[in-house]
Amino acid sequence: MDTLEKLKDNLQKGNSEQVSTLTKKAVEEKIEVRAILDDGLIAGMTVVGTKFKEHEIFLPDVLLAAKAMYAGMDILKPLMIKEGIPTVGRVVIGTVHGDLHDIGKNLVGIMLKGAGFEVIDLGRDVPAEKFIKAAVESNANIIGMSALLTTTMPVMKKVIELAKEKGVYDRVKIIVGGAPLSEEYARQIGAHAYCYDGVNAVDRVKEFVKKK
Amino acid sequence: MKPFLQKIKDGEVFLGDGALGTMLIQRGLKAGECPDIWNIEKPGILEEIASLYIDAGSDIISANTFGGHPLKLEQYGLHDKTEIINKAGVGAIKDAIKGKAYLAASCGPSGKLLKPYGDTDPEDISEGYIRQLGALIEEGVDVVYFETMIDLAEALLGVKAAKSIAPGVPVCATMTFDLGPNGFFTVMGNSIEQTAKELESAGADVVGSNCGNGIDNMVKIAEEFKKHSDLPVLIQSNAGLPIVKDDILEYPETPDFMAERVKTLLDMGINIIGGCCGTTPEHIASFRKTIDNYR
Ligand code: B1M
Repeated sequence: MDTLEKLKDNLQKGNSEQVSTLTKKAVEEKIEVRAILDDGLIAGMTVVGTKFKEHEIFLPDVLLAAKAMYAGMDILKPLMIKEGIPTVGRVVIGTVHGDLHDIGKNLVGIMLKGAGFEVIDLGRDVPAEKFIKAAVESNANIIGMSALLTTTMPVMKKVIELAKEKGVYDRVKIIVGGAPLSEEYARQIGAHAYCYDGVNAVDRVKEFVKKK
Repeated sequence: MKPFLQKIKDGEVFLGDGALGTMLIQRGLKAGECPDIWNIEKPGILEEIASLYIDAGSDIISANTFGGHPLKLEQYGLHDKTEIINKAGVGAIKDAIKGKAYLAASCGPSGKLLKPYGDTDPEDISEGYIRQLGALIEEGVDVVYFETMIDLAEALLGVKAAKSIAPGVPVCATMTFDLGPNGFFTVMGNSIEQTAKELESAGADVVGSNCGNGIDNMVKIAEEFKKHSDLPVLIQSNAGLPIVKDDILEYPETPDFMAERVKTLLDMGINIIGGCCGTTPEHIASFRKTIDNYR
């Protein structure tokens, strides 16, 4: 198995130490940072996402894999800055007001970072105004909202309405995600995309940045 | 009233109450507001809801203390009020149900994730439950519920905490399961068999499931509990899974639809039957009829 295969494998097992060691090794082997991310870390996380959806693995495995991914990213981040790898775009992300579920949002955030986006994470229980303020101040291209409760889904609509009111709506793309949402609901409230998982979020957001 | 566990031994079926959260939302609880603070701010509403369920025929009423673990309250900056909030939860409904129903202390997840996948030490979870339960038991409860638990490790810590401070108070521990291609598991990966066995070893008096499913799935979950455990079983089903209509939540399962399946639960020998999210006093009244007309 080559280093990237091993990296992918250990990420799936949630083995942070090994992921850290193997990431360093890959850098020493002069493998490109982009390839370490895409074919090592992100590739591993993609498998984790699929297996979780199919109940082959459960939340603890996903959380451990995410921790391992952070361990790898910690090593790559300074290199990305040094090599001047340009950020593909800027995303403001958060879980909406009233909702404390942040596991899914964190996973999406880390996948976006891995794909080269600058991610401004507002955390959870984020008031509508804060999304808009952060997007304006950071000049973000994307606003990403997560909601896991049927009772907090309507809050997304409020954020979108506020974005329209403040003239932000036409300058950004708004993506939404979370288990109780649907493509249909996203369209109803005026979101630009519904994303069913982290990989999907990366794909959709890349499309938006490309079109610009 | 008979001691709680004696009633089960005598083969009597308990009817629990229905949803509390849904009722609070109807009465103005906002997204992001701590439901448990209403014990202090609006105790009258809790008394009103308790009375509605008693009139519908509930034998057990649970206190509004589901989010009363200090780590959970901390998310609202209310952990300093752990004792007051939990005591007020019991105090608000005590008079309304006196002599008419048993009073259950409700304990939910701490909202934290255990190490190594999360960042919280088991000791902190245990200490929190001891603090919450200390207040609840001091105020006077007949039974302790651990409900909507998704991590068996956390549920075990809770059950052990309860038994360590009040070995004589009965403990019912129920978890939430998702149906996947390989059957029912909690999102943390605990099977029903593992759940039943380990909760029993930890000292639980009653095991079972609440939330997360409509009644058809709950019947299947109940079957599996009966297969893997000799302990009494508690089942509190949602009225289906919510559908959003114009920003308002609707739970699809009607009282009649659910009551019909309550018969199946009675056939299986389920000991405590109640409702979770989306169930109303009307649902509970229908369950009452089914239970009373059974046999
Ligand atoms: C920006 O762009 C994007 C793009 C894609 C995006 C995105 C954003 N956000 C998500 N995605 C997508 O990509 C992610 C990666 O694949 C995915 O994210 P997900 O978040 O869907 O998936 C995660 C990887 C894993 N999934 C999760 O993390 C959620 C798992 C379950 C078990 C869950 C958990 C863990 C928790 N919970 Co809660 N919880 C449940 C969940 C039941 C279940 N089995 O799913 C659910 C969501 N909870 C529920 C409830 C009711 C509650 N919870 C509560 C609390 C909690 C805990 C704190 C204990 C904990 C959260 C810990 C945390 N830090 O996040 C309470 C609410 C607190 C609050 N105000 O928010 C409480 C009210 C009380 C309770 N029953 O415990 C239910 C919601 C019912 C509903 N539909 O309204 C629930 C379905 C459980 C149930 N079976 O009833 C995609 O959706």
